[in-house]
Amino acid sequence: MALATPIAPENEGALARAIAEAYEAGVPLAIRGNGTKESLGRPVQAAAVLTTRALTGITLHSPSELVVAARAGTPVAEIEASLATKGQHLIAEPPDLSALTGPGEGPQTIGGVIACNLSGPRRIALGAMRDHVLGVRAVNGMGEVIRSGGRVLKNVTGLDLAKLVAGSRGTLAVMSEITLKVLPKPERTATVMLRGLDAARGIAALSAGLGSPFGVTGAAHLPAEAASRAGLGERTATLLRLEDFADFIPRRTQALAAALGEFGPAEILDEGPSLPLWRSVRDAVPLGVGDGEAVWRASLRPSRGAAFAEAVSRAFPARFLFDWGGGLVWVVGPATEPAHRSVTEAVRSAQGTFWLVRAPPALRAAVPGLPEEPAPLAALTRRVKHAFDPKGILNPGRIFAGV
Amino acid sequence: MIALPTPDPSVLARREAIVADLTRLVGAANVIAEPARLKPYETDGFTAYKRVPLAVCLPDSTEGVAAVLRYCTRNGIRVVPRAAGTSLSGGALPLEDAVVIGVARLNRILEVSVEDRLIRVEAGVTNIGVTRAVEGEGFFYAPDPSSQLACMIAGNIAMNSGGAHCLKYGVTANNLLGVTLVTPDGEIVELGGGHLDTPGYDWLGLICGSEGQLGIVTEATLRILRAAEGARAMLVGFRATDVAAAAVADIIGSGIIPVALEFMDKPCIRACEDFAHAGYPLEAEALLIIEVEGNEAEQDALLARLETICRRHDPLTVRIARTAEESAAIWKGRKGAFGAIGRISPDYLCMDGTIPPARLPEAMRRIEALSRQYGLMVANVFHAGDGNLHPLILFDANDNESFARAEALGADILRLCVELGGCLTGEHGVGIEKRDLMREQFSPADLAQQARVKRAFDPGWLLNPHKVFPPEFAQAA
Repeated sequence: MALATPIAPENEGALARAIAEAYEAGVPLAIRGNGTKESLGRPVQAAAVLTTRALTGITLHSPSELVVAARAGTPVAEIEASLATKGQHLIAEPPDLSALTGPGEGPQTIGGVIACNLSGPRRIALGAMRDHVLGVRAVNGMGEVIRSGGRVLKNVTGLDLAKLVAGSRGTLAVMSEITLKVLPKPERTATVMLRGLDAARGIAALSAGLGSPFGVTGAAHLPAEAASRAGLGERTATLLRLEDFADFIPRRTQALAAALGEFGPAEILDEGPSLPLWRSVRDAVPLGVGDGEAVWRASLRPSRGAAFAEAVSRAFPARFLFDWGGGLVWVVGPATEPAHRSVTEAVRSAQGTFWLVRAPPALRAAVPGLPEEPAPLAALTRRVKHAFDPKGILNPGRIFAGV
Repeated sequence: MIALPTPDPSVLARREAIVADLTRLVGAANVIAEPARLKPYETDGFTAYKRVPLAVCLPDSTEGVAAVLRYCTRNGIRVVPRAAGTSLSGGALPLEDAVVIGVARLNRILEVSVEDRLIRVEAGVTNIGVTRAVEGEGFFYAPDPSSQLACMIAGNIAMNSGGAHCLKYGVTANNLLGVTLVTPDGEIVELGGGHLDTPGYDWLGLICGSEGQLGIVTEATLRILRAAEGARAMLVGFRATDVAAAAVADIIGSGIIPVALEFMDKPCIRACEDFAHAGYPLEAEALLIIEVEGNEAEQDALLARLETICRRHDPLTVRIARTAEESAAIWKGRKGAFGAIGRISPDYLCMDGTIPPARLPEAMRRIEALSRQYGLMVANVFHAGDGNLHPLILFDANDNESFARAEALGADILRLCVELGGCLTGEHGVGIEKRDLMREQFSPADLAQQARVKRAFDPGWLLNPHKVFPPEFAQAA
């Protein structure tokens, strides 16, 4: 997007004025933070770029109330570092996908991960980014400041527009400030690792672990190639993470390993190797994405993960990484329309969904980046978009062509 | 009293024809029109308001719900959705010119998948019915509102219900994977499914807590969780409310998130003790019930840490359960709290505001001052970890003046919650009760935006039409 200097408001008032002017003039805006997630949607045809990168700063952190608030352009890393000083963290451990998407123009912002609802391995146990959004302040497509939710942990007052705006990728409103629930960082992390299982057996082991009472907070399966890239050697690796008080971890890892006895002997990784390993799984680094490749993120029932991967493999030589107990399948393959059609078809058979998160702009413009909605739902999408952004000036076409 | 809309005389005049049409659509067995059988549907858990509906439909299929909704929308007839009718905010209160569509006959368990950790149910299954369907496998459904024996999943979704254990396990929105939604024009749409995240708009997040404003949920896919190895409770009595509140902050700040952290004030302690004889400390000004999970050794370790924290606040009593029976005894009074208050005063309003927990001491002081000012007793029992207050205002329903004072006191308590940085409702919903207070929490632009989203689903503003939105925002397209 080679455009004039982006509009970079430094406060919410300026953000609202910029959007109000664009609304008056009917000028479409491309909405971004630091542009790290450009490849996570369709290319936007816009006359100007509006960035939240100058809206920065943590505005609230109350550890005993489990709440943090920050302006939308605040780097995620800054929030994580600040929380860590009080022994807390972001619950959904949002990934840094720059290994797939390139570096962008600066560090990823909290607005970006909320707008894309991106969650890491802990999603399986403790919810998605959007689950921890307590409130947002945002500007709609008419330049009006709207608030939804607040700063308390329990709130059912009115329609939950905060959840709707989270995940809407800048197409409904531009967030200016976000309030999140946070949790104490667990004292200790460890991993129970099983080796040499195929995807179906690996996912069965993950299901057994997630169905145990030991509090598994990460459940991933790495095919041999991914395991090798993660420095684990040339055999598949099935990983189950425990995070808890330090004095609980030895008993829990042993009990979990024993409960998974039928899947073979388990290796226990302590915190030293566990932390970088799970960061690498979080960021999908073991996929080893190269030039000319596309990446799809399929979300489906864990029990259908292995069959889905087999179906895709029959269509093209694909590489995989399984997270969320097998319910999140990262797929790498050629950035071509036939490959995309195969993924779309395999997802449909598995009754799941997908998201094309990396592809050249031409492919992202040509194919739907997620399953097409049935007509009644597509009509609701258009009407809800219109309810926030009647002139269609916010990130037009970013999620669906023409919306 | 909250103003309810005047019934549309043209709809009332068509009553017989409408009942005949409904009968044709879903069968006589699923339509209620006789006055005596309509009477039980005139109110819900918020009994101060009553309106007998035009008719009640209890379809036995999603298609039946769709047929009735389509018919009502096309004919300009208002619709009030209903599940078990346990709403404490009047969410299921009918109108004289409205058709009630109930999901009570949609009560089948459709699928249990332990390997995918989910259950698919029709929306008229009770909350406890979900846990009962999976507890044999060692699993449970996390949201546990105190009405869980009666309340239904459709209502839980409509109100985004919580419960005593949501500090750790989240509320309904965090445990919902998919729904079948019937829109006001009778379309059946599937939102979400058996998977976790969907990359389009977060329809589930919007539908959850939408109080029957956007459509009627007929089926749901819910996350089920493996139960912990065990749980045990402790009870701590404090000399003052402020001190108990400080202990709560210290507990959360210590890195321990108990699975439940419940607070009761003196009037509530007394009422519960008289009722349940749970051995609560009558001399305490405030009491905490704290529950932790894990195996025996882990429970011991956590309870010991919690005891150390509480001892720093000079408690009057510390009672740590050693067995499941002792835990149950500690919970006995809390679980019977609403019934216990009901013995002191047959009528009470249960408020549901949330405040930032750090403001708890100030909130307690000011609620006490308001209680004195209005001359009505207020008992407090609530989820302390998340600041979700439940002040119970005692009044006499046979005395209109007493009820009016109770309503005014309740409104002032909710205004206070908003002023302290909180909100009007943590888990009961806005319903009819807090509709006009929405202006206290939201700006006109906020409410207008919510109203536009409502109209995107329900352009005719026919679905649960007199709730949630102050009247000036509740306009058809």
